[in-house]
Amino acid sequence: MTGGTGTSGTPGTSGTTAGPLTRQQLAARVAADIAPGSYVNLGIGLPTLVGDHLPAGSGITLHTENGMLGMGPAPAPESVDPELINAGKVPVTELPGASYFHQADSFAMMRGGHIDVCVLGAFQVSVGGDLANWSTGAPDAVPAVGGAMDLAVGARRTVVMMTLLAKDGSPKVVEGCTLPLTGVGCVSRVYADRAVLDVGPDGASVVERFGVGHAELEDLLGLTLGGAE
Amino acid sequence: MTRVAETAQEALGDVPDGSTVMIGGFGPAGQPVELIEALLASGASDLVVVSNNAGNGDDALARLVRDGRVRRIVCSFPRQVDSWHFDAAYRAGRIELELVPQGNLAERIRAAGAGIGAFFTPTGYGTPLAEGKETRVLDGVPMVLETPLRADVALVKAHRADTAGNLVYRRTARNFGPVMATAAERTVAQVREVVPAGALDPEAVVTPGIYVEAVVALDSTTAVAGVSA
Repeated sequence: MTGGTGTSGTPGTSGTTAGPLTRQQLAARVAADIAPGSYVNLGIGLPTLVGDHLPAGSGITLHTENGMLGMGPAPAPESVDPELINAGKVPVTELPGASYFHQADSFAMMRGGHIDVCVLGAFQVSVGGDLANWSTGAPDAVPAVGGAMDLAVGARRTVVMMTLLAKDGSPKVVEGCTLPLTGVGCVSRVYADRAVLDVGPDGASVVERFGVGHAELEDLLGLTLGGAE
Repeated sequence: MTRVAETAQEALGDVPDGSTVMIGGFGPAGQPVELIEALLASGASDLVVVSNNAGNGDDALARLVRDGRVRRIVCSFPRQVDSWHFDAAYRAGRIELELVPQGNLAERIRAAGAGIGAFFTPTGYGTPLAEGKETRVLDGVPMVLETPLRADVALVKAHRADTAGNLVYRRTARNFGPVMATAAERTVAQVREVVPAGALDPEAVVTPGIYVEAVVALDSTTAVAGVSA
């Protein structure tokens, strides 16, 4: 696992924004840490926005697990092709140099460590890097997992992009996940609207804060966080 | 020797009750709609279906589920915004679900086609979907033992076939087709066009004809924006 590159903040750096990041600001913050030339998988939902912030000419190639490298942005409505979709079943386009492959190859590519970065959404991430993002655990819910578990453990570096707090105000970075796990110790960094946190065997530490003090962040999460004050 | 059938029904042939049927497609892309319609019309029941999804809206796969023809489904992502027939059947206990991470689904199918007895994979380790399965730490990575998934019949959609049964696919509609084609006693492919042997570039063939028992050209399969047969 390598650390972020580009404009990654130094540990404990106080953010320059007055308040939490917007979704687009957060997407730009995630994108800033993706090294030029990387092969990247963006999960369904919020992580999809990261694609809008990858600089032209960066040589970053997007992978979609339903079987494509070199995925481009959404097509004009008249150019929609039902046979050219992403993992969220949304129409996409093909960039020069794109390739197609079947599902076993697509996940072999992921599991085999050929994808540099995977950005996933989450319900909960533990300070140790466990991920819960596929099931709310509701007893009457119809379960579905898709590629979540394969993506979580497959990429060379798995990061999470999410809000720091759930809609009910409960923290999504937790001591231990209470929801069904997607993967164990697979997440190395969390990008959230109020902070960027590194997680893993050494626990959680603050990389960057957005309009919130270190102590306030610890209070919000009910955790003791590393990283300089 | 591959059969070139005239109709979907003729291509499908006899599917006995209780058969295991693989159905290609990722959402609508690559779904062999007319072959599933033929399966519906055949009256076959007590089926085990292996497919990434469990039907959208009132499509043919959804109607198979609605009509109680599917005893058990092996699937990665049954829940969709419009998977009402599956949702109802699942909540009523009328269908068994084996939920499999998408990459494991693909690899288990690939393993069956490749004569692999079982394999260890990191995907799913420590999650509810690996409960009760044998695990082993290999090169420091905890892994789960997964078994092959075979079928009696595989129904796939490709772009073109030749009379030797060779298949080429189109864009992200390829998805599960190539691996499913290898893992069934009988593989039936619906395509936009069947061309004479020799008319497909042998270097471009994705599924060699050895895996394909029957092909059928269906006009309706051409109903994709901007695609010439």
